[in-house]
Amino acid sequence: MKMIVAVIKPFKLEEVREALTAIGVQGLMVSEVKGYGRQSGHTEIYRGAEYVVNFVPKIKLELVVTDQAAPQVIDALATTAKTGKIGDGKIFVLDVEQALRVRTGEVGEEAL
Amino acid sequence: MLNFTKMAGLAAMAAMSAAQARAQEAVGSVADEAVAEAVTATVDKGDTTWMIVATILVLIMTVPGLALFYGGLVRAKNMLSVLMQVFVVACVMMIIWVVYGYSLALNGGGGGLDAFIGGFSRLFLAGVTPDSTVATFSEGVEIPEYIFICFQMTFFAITPAIIVGGFAERMKFSAVLLFCILWSTFVYIPIAHMVWYADGYLFAMGALDFAGGTVVHINAGIAALVGCLVLGKRIGYGKEPLPPHSLVMTMIGGSLLWVGWFGFNAGSNLEANGGTTLAVINTFVAAAGATLGWMTMEWLEKGKPSLLGVISGAVTGLVAVTPAAGLIGPMGAIVLGAIASVISFFFCTTVKNALNYDDSLDVFGIHGVAGIIGSIGTGVLVSPALGGVGVDGYTMAGQVWIQIVAVLITVVWCGVVSFILYKLVDMTIGLRVSAEKEREGLDITEHGERAYVL
Repeated sequence: MKMIVAVIKPFKLEEVREALTAIGVQGLMVSEVKGYGRQSGHTEIYRGAEYVVNFVPKIKLELVVTDQAAPQVIDALATTAKTGKIGDGKIFVLDVEQALRVRTGEVGEEAL
Repeated sequence: MLNFTKMAGLAAMAAMSAAQARAQEAVGSVADEAVAEAVTATVDKGDTTWMIVATILVLIMTVPGLALFYGGLVRAKNMLSVLMQVFVVACVMMIIWVVYGYSLALNGGGGGLDAFIGGFSRLFLAGVTPDSTVATFSEGVEIPEYIFICFQMTFFAITPAIIVGGFAERMKFSAVLLFCILWSTFVYIPIAHMVWYADGYLFAMGALDFAGGTVVHINAGIAALVGCLVLGKRIGYGKEPLPPHSLVMTMIGGSLLWVGWFGFNAGSNLEANGGTTLAVINTFVAAAGATLGWMTMEWLEKGKPSLLGVISGAVTGLVAVTPAAGLIGPMGAIVLGAIASVISFFFCTTVKNALNYDDSLDVFGIHGVAGIIGSIGTGVLVSPALGGVGVDGYTMAGQVWIQIVAVLITVVWCGVVSFILYKLVDMTIGLRVSAEKEREGLDITEHGERAYVL
């Protein structure tokens, strides 16, 4: 099993969710994060005080899929989230040692 | 007998003709005097109603106007502490006012010191009944003394509440209360007496302050400046971002300030007549002119006009027109607002950063600076040649000089006494919260509450 962690631009979330549902993904987790990479922040000015805000809002998706499904999911994610402009994000893939469905107690790939 | 408890706010022309009329009465025959008195004392329901409304409008300036205006500008962890400080300070002031404030500030009986302080004739409002009246600026027009007391009470309440902006996010609640009690007693009361009482030093000199440019705004601005210097900067100032947590709240508060300011300025005419409507229109256009002035400066200098900028601009215009509201013409008010906002902008940005002091909410930059400009500008714009109502024996140079003297006396008295009082409070109970408490936020550490439970 693989955990796919993707950081994408917030407005891309709906599009990405639809694309993943279309290829059979049944669930995922979303969190609002701040971060920076090569995309720089912006400046805010409040009366005399000027602040450079380095962190840009992003959306982080986390989903665990079977080894077979992983390449397809990554591809769908990468294609949909891409705008071609700086700040599109990154995708990381991690190995998952075990998974369990709380309601039924199923383990392994059946739990996904 | 007419109950001549004397004034709040001044239109010198009306005041001087009233004084002349009284002098004539004193000199004239008994029959004349009796006739004059039989014609004169009237209390009109329209005037009384207006003064009640004006008083309530000034209350809304404080709660929640000023509270939200300031609250939105601090970080979320300190929002509640600002609301508390403004609300409670106002309430404490109300009690002080009716116990001894009104007596000492706006009544006689100060003996040899009558030019600087009153006496105790109205201690606990002794002698005041629903039938008691006080004079207005119109001969023979009076209002109930109770509403005059209340109207002045709201001024007494809002002024120390304005000061808290200077040391927001780092002062102990108990220290805020103690300081405000002392400050209102030893600074506001003598200055109000000097400026607004007929025998007061500055009133007698001919200083013009229609609704409190010196008494309220310069006073609060200087006290805040001294306070922020004595307390020192907030932890992280200049290094960490300390942005406003809700400019939405600031806008709501600022808008309530503008609306309430009609009570503040126009109510200072003490009756509902044409002169009152002059104060109304000036309160409109000075704010609008100042908003555009600040916005223009910001747009040119920073590249983008900001909401905080336009609200701040509006407030500077309102502050600047406060001493002038019933004395200048509307076109003069626009100009006064615009000039005040541009100079305040400069102070709140360039000067403050250059001198590197932490006036958290720009109380000096806005109330102090615009109050000074407004007070001196009143001396210029009261001129009939510039649309003002004019003053007996007016020369522009003479009046401007009087205004400058009034400003200087206010600045020096307030500055020196405030400094002493801050130090006194610091030596007794301590001014500033500990570093850990400041980091955690005053809402939790001083009040055991959070403004937002999300």
